[in-house]
Amino acid sequence: MKFSLNGKTVDVRAHPMKRLLDVLREECGLTGTKEGCGEGECGACTVLLDGEPVNSCLVPFAQVRGVTVKTIEGMNGKHALQEAFVTEGGAQCGICTPGMILAAAALPKNASLDEVRVGLAGNLCRCTGYEGIYRAIRKARRA
Amino acid sequence: MRTAVSALELLEPRSLKEALRLLRDEGPLVPLAGCTDVYVNLNFGILPQKRFLNLWGLDELKKIRVRDGLLSVGALATYSQIIASPHVGRRAPILAAASREIGGVQIQNRGTLGGNIANGSPAGDSLPVLAALDAVLVLASSRGTRRVPFNGFYTGYRKSVLAGDELIASVEIPKTEGRQWFRKVGTRAAQAISKVVMAAVRDGPSRIALGSVAPTVIRLPRTEAVLAGGGSVAEARRTLEAEIAPIDDIRSTADYRRRVSGNLLEKFWRETA
Repeated sequence: MKFSLNGKTVDVRAHPMKRLLDVLREECGLTGTKEGCGEGECGACTVLLDGEPVNSCLVPFAQVRGVTVKTIEGMNGKHALQEAFVTEGGAQCGICTPGMILAAAALPKNASLDEVRVGLAGNLCRCTGYEGIYRAIRKARRA
Repeated sequence: MRTAVSALELLEPRSLKEALRLLRDEGPLVPLAGCTDVYVNLNFGILPQKRFLNLWGLDELKKIRVRDGLLSVGALATYSQIIASPHVGRRAPILAAASREIGGVQIQNRGTLGGNIANGSPAGDSLPVLAALDAVLVLASSRGTRRVPFNGFYTGYRKSVLAGDELIASVEIPKTEGRQWFRKVGTRAAQAISKVVMAAVRDGPSRIALGSVAPTVIRLPRTEAVLAGGGSVAEARRTLEAEIAPIDDIRSTADYRRRVSGNLLEKFWRETA
């Protein structure tokens, strides 16, 4: 089945009911997307489908046909958000970080602190307490 | 995931017509839209059904429009689409308000109004809104379409009049006069399942609906009658407390829910005066 993954068209064979999360990690070998809760609560498995954040643990592979998927690997390690998470102390254990960064990538430029909070309300971090995360996002998304 | 996917089957219709034919000829099938409820149960390995029908690509069920004075919301409209819709903002602002407090953005981008109705949880946050706005459900099958008042749709806990070969196609919301009011009470606004959720319209007569206080979402006809008859809000509150049937569960207690429901009634009355 064909879809666009991090800018390239790929053709992947997997069961149509397999979770996108598992297809990314197993068939595609992209283990940057993490499983947290497996019930859409924590946002650790967030990826962008056609630019919109979704929980990849709640997406059947069949629904990805013809869609554009972006994972943390598609941010190339040098995205302004990734650099700001390092310099501002936005990561500790790192499990929530890929999902946080992808949810943040969908925010408008110059998002207010309130907009950042609402945009990341579906991403839970159990280490840092969010201050460093919000600081990193506001720094990176400053136009 | 605790369910073996190899045992699951997915049928993929290209049109609503084909979906309805598959439901009739290949059923029973579990319809799939944004999967924000179904995949939670698959992940936990607690869903007994093995055969599914993928509706996600059926664009004809995604439209939000105003027709013949009715606001029509397609069953596959996501919460994000509902939040962004100017039609909803003008005619049913409490539907947008409820959608903003369902999950986080990841859930809002996938969860659908039809899915919230079909899932039938008594805590579904859009459901009191549909009850207070006197919505009508358009149900489709290969036999044709029929319209069912939302307030007559549920027959018990997660039970409804929806037949095995029927799909929820759209929701029709009549033009509503009077101020609309919505309030969800949960552990936090995002990602939390409601302890109590109220939607209401201040009108003559006012309409009041509550979620999470009975086996289904409910309207409060006796409470509404007290207010319509010129009774005091204190009297209406006593009626409400006797009219609902909350329980103790992992999210809250019956006592808390009864007290907060009364508080919400007073707040609604005060804020829409």
